[in-house]
Amino acid sequence: MRKYTKDHEWALVEDDIAMVGISEHAVEELGDITFIEAPEIGATLSKGDSAGFVESVKAASDIYAPLSGEVTEVNTRLENEPETVNTEPLGEGWIYKMKLSDIGELDDLMSEEDYQKFLSTL
Amino acid sequence: MSVFDNSKKGRKGVKLPRLDVDTKIEFSNKLLRENKAELPELSELDVVRHFTRLSSKNFSIDKNFYPLGSCTMKYNPKIEEKVASLESFNTVHPHLILNDLSEDIQGSLEIISKSEELFCEMTGMDAFTLTPQAGAHGEMTGIMLIHAYHQNKGNKKRYVIVPDSSHGTNPATASMVGYEVITIKSDKSGDMNINEFKEKMSDEVAAVMLTVPNTLGIFNPNIKEICDIAHSYDALMYYDGANLNAILGVVRPGDIGFDVTHLNLHKTFATPHGGGGPGSGPVGVKEFLKPFLPNLQVEKKDGKYGFKKVSEQSIGRISPFFGNYMVTLRALVYILILGKEGLMNVSKKAVLNANYIRVKLKEYYDMPYDMPCMHECVLSAASLLKEHKVRALDIAKYLLDFGLHAPTIYFPLIVKEAIMIEPTETENKEDIDYFCKKMVDAVTLAKQNPKVFHDLPKTLPVSRPDETKAARELDICQC
Amino acid sequence: MPYTPHTKEDISSMLEIIGLEDEDALFDSIPKELRVKSFALPEGLSEFEVFEALKDTGKKNKTDKTLFIGGGYYDHVVPSAVDALSMRSEFYTAYTPYQAEASQGTLQALYEYQSLICRLFEMDVTNASMYDGGTALAEAALMAIRIRKRDKVIVDSGVNPVYKTILKTYLKIRGFEVEEINSESFETDKNEVLSKIDEQTACFIFQNPNFFGSVQDFSDIIEKLHSVKALAVGSFYPVSLGLLKTPGAMGVDIATADGQSLGNYLGFGGPSFGIMVTKKEFIRQIPGRIVGKTVDKENKEAFVLTLQAREQHIRRQKATSNICSNQNLMALRATIFLSLLGKDGFKELSTLNHLKTNYLKDELSKIDNITIKNLTPTFNEFVIKLPKKASKVIEQMSKSDIYAGIDVGKTDKNLDKFLLVAVTEKRTKKQMDRFVKVLKEVL
Repeated sequence: MRKYTKDHEWALVEDDIAMVGISEHAVEELGDITFIEAPEIGATLSKGDSAGFVESVKAASDIYAPLSGEVTEVNTRLENEPETVNTEPLGEGWIYKMKLSDIGELDDLMSEEDYQKFLSTL
Repeated sequence: MSVFDNSKKGRKGVKLPRLDVDTKIEFSNKLLRENKAELPELSELDVVRHFTRLSSKNFSIDKNFYPLGSCTMKYNPKIEEKVASLESFNTVHPHLILNDLSEDIQGSLEIISKSEELFCEMTGMDAFTLTPQAGAHGEMTGIMLIHAYHQNKGNKKRYVIVPDSSHGTNPATASMVGYEVITIKSDKSGDMNINEFKEKMSDEVAAVMLTVPNTLGIFNPNIKEICDIAHSYDALMYYDGANLNAILGVVRPGDIGFDVTHLNLHKTFATPHGGGGPGSGPVGVKEFLKPFLPNLQVEKKDGKYGFKKVSEQSIGRISPFFGNYMVTLRALVYILILGKEGLMNVSKKAVLNANYIRVKLKEYYDMPYDMPCMHECVLSAASLLKEHKVRALDIAKYLLDFGLHAPTIYFPLIVKEAIMIEPTETENKEDIDYFCKKMVDAVTLAKQNPKVFHDLPKTLPVSRPDETKAARELDICQC
Repeated sequence: MPYTPHTKEDISSMLEIIGLEDEDALFDSIPKELRVKSFALPEGLSEFEVFEALKDTGKKNKTDKTLFIGGGYYDHVVPSAVDALSMRSEFYTAYTPYQAEASQGTLQALYEYQSLICRLFEMDVTNASMYDGGTALAEAALMAIRIRKRDKVIVDSGVNPVYKTILKTYLKIRGFEVEEINSESFETDKNEVLSKIDEQTACFIFQNPNFFGSVQDFSDIIEKLHSVKALAVGSFYPVSLGLLKTPGAMGVDIATADGQSLGNYLGFGGPSFGIMVTKKEFIRQIPGRIVGKTVDKENKEAFVLTLQAREQHIRRQKATSNICSNQNLMALRATIFLSLLGKDGFKELSTLNHLKTNYLKDELSKIDNITIKNLTPTFNEFVIKLPKKASKVIEQMSKSDIYAGIDVGKTDKNLDKFLLVAVTEKRTKKQMDRFVKVLKEVL
């Protein structure tokens, strides 16, 4: 099941691989996305580390690693079609995948429900 | 149609001086360019028509009112250009400095020295450097001076404090000089929250960068307290001079506790914006920072101007020579024409104009800070957005059709749907009234027929360019 | 009061609307103890008085002499159409083109500027100009450091000494290392450079023609740089690009230049503008404004500032640079200049400079006690060794209204007998013959 961070990233875990992207809320705030810089394959990230950024016409936002692990794959489709993050932020617009080093960290993230509640407080 | 589209083989726009010698080209093929540069081929008239037509697509101060908050788009007096075209000034080679031929350039050096003196008197600073070429460049120089001061003292400093209402160049500058940024929230009166400031202040803070009045056009009454607190931690106070137009002749940053100041000559001192530059950002300092000033510096000895030998502690060089020298000359012209009375009158009329607009518009727009302002006021279109789906951007586009350049929008970042208005002192009451009328008409239209805004502006060469396409399908060169 | 239009009636009716008694009340929010301690400025003057006073100050300059000084700043022709067009108030009193619909003139001109520069340098992308050639070079070094995530920068002996100082000022404060290469001659010590390039190198910075006028082939060095994934950063002289191999053809990663030679007056060093050109892959790391072409809602061609997410007003502390302005008006002048000269005219200008310089070079080499010191071909500048101090020669020739060149001893005190001489298309055979004659007399 999908989990969220306070910085509006989501992580979808299968076995020990997490797929990471940004939420619909983040995408709405950013507007038309023009460029994504994903972390490098092989990079070791700790939860909360800066892991690339997303650029739109009027803003640029850092993305942070929701969990700790090693980056295994990057969504190369976004290089030529950054708009995919706008149209399918939770699906085809995923940004990178990582092999988790501490699956227990998942407990600290918000569920879909909790994230929606969190959004209403902003 | 671009210059390339109009190009026709065989045309040329300049007749060059004659070749009156008979020599050969020295280069072998491997050092030569392979093909001629693909520059267009146009006659002089082709070029003149092309750029004249382009110019007619521009708004400009000479034609339009620019109520741009934070930009001080005041009138650029024509006398500035007349002086700047004096050949005795504009043909001087900068390497006469390297050759140490100061006796040949006493006039040029006098301009620098006189300007520095006048800037010192206007700001309460003890010395100035005219080398920074823009406001942001001045900020960088100023923070570098502060860095040098701390390094010289052996202070371990890590942070620079800025308010969340600050101009983007402030944190960007701090970063460029290697500092981390601490941002302090503004409180209900638009001032930097003094409690959060006291909390975040520490021995590790190198400097506090403030714009006074702040970017909301509000004068912080606690300014002296802030300066004292900062100094107690040996943090230096940096004055961002973008809003000097509000307090010229009323308050001097040097008197209230600032250690470093930068000026924007293209704002307060009426030098032309040129469509985005050149500007100029001279930096003033208090006595104790003089040893760190960058090269080049002028000094007067035995009645003659010369170059000061730069101290070992100098930060180095941030500019090839004396910055945008010819811009300094223009600013000096402005200062000499206005004189003491004229300069003291600037802030009076700038603040008068801004408050007049504030009062006339307060019933129609949200006023995030409902209090007297200084030279600029900030409104918000937040309610218009909520109730009628009309944003600050739409109001801006509406105004363009009436020959009014939009105010600054979406800055400062702390106000939603911000509309920042700075009329400056050179606008007359009739033009201001017209502007206010159109701002009110915009609200009326928003209530009656909000959908119309999406098609605005209607009368200009283009309307609502697709910025997303521009970024996603980058076309930055007709190559 | 100059430039403020307010009449007594205006003031009183405005104050009434605001609800204040007098103008002083406008400053009530400012405590009395914060008011100016002093504001002792002179009395204001009329236009005529100011003009006369400054004209008199100008007369204190004794600079009406024939210029043979170069060093990165050259006495080139400025076609009158450049002045006439750039002085149109629609260009020079316009604001930064943030509101695209109100600024298509400025924006299209900048797009054309970018296009002309890319074609001139034979590279992919450029920005809408920077402050000057020196700070542009420093920013290029910072850009290379960002791109390669390495801390070491190597700078060649032939780079303009003023630019080197700026480079060091910009880099040292961030803790980056600047290694300077020396050379026994006025050319690059290739072996020394090659030996210093390694995997810690972010970039190697060179200049062509170099400060001393020498034109060289940097292929070996650029190849070595690329083999260790380091970047080649070069400072170039725009007018020389009419004849000389371009940075694009050389494989340079970031090229910079000062635009003074393209239609701008010497102006005692400023304002000028800086040029920065790079490869497509580095576009998001380039600082400064960039103009892009797009369409508007009616599908009409339109120009906008683009990729603003790199810049300070959006990225704030994470911006590629703190730069806000460009030197717009000066870049506009260059755009008009290049449009006037055109394809053939620009090559002709470049060739004129070179051929005229060769005449003076030849004539000077005929003088017994003078030697030309450049070991490679030169473009429009060269170094001669004199039998006495260059400063003395400059002083004496100055009395005959000739600025003979740059005293190289001022950049390195061991070289005080060396003179750097430049010739442009404005120098006539007559002026050059006179140079030779006066120099002979002085020696």
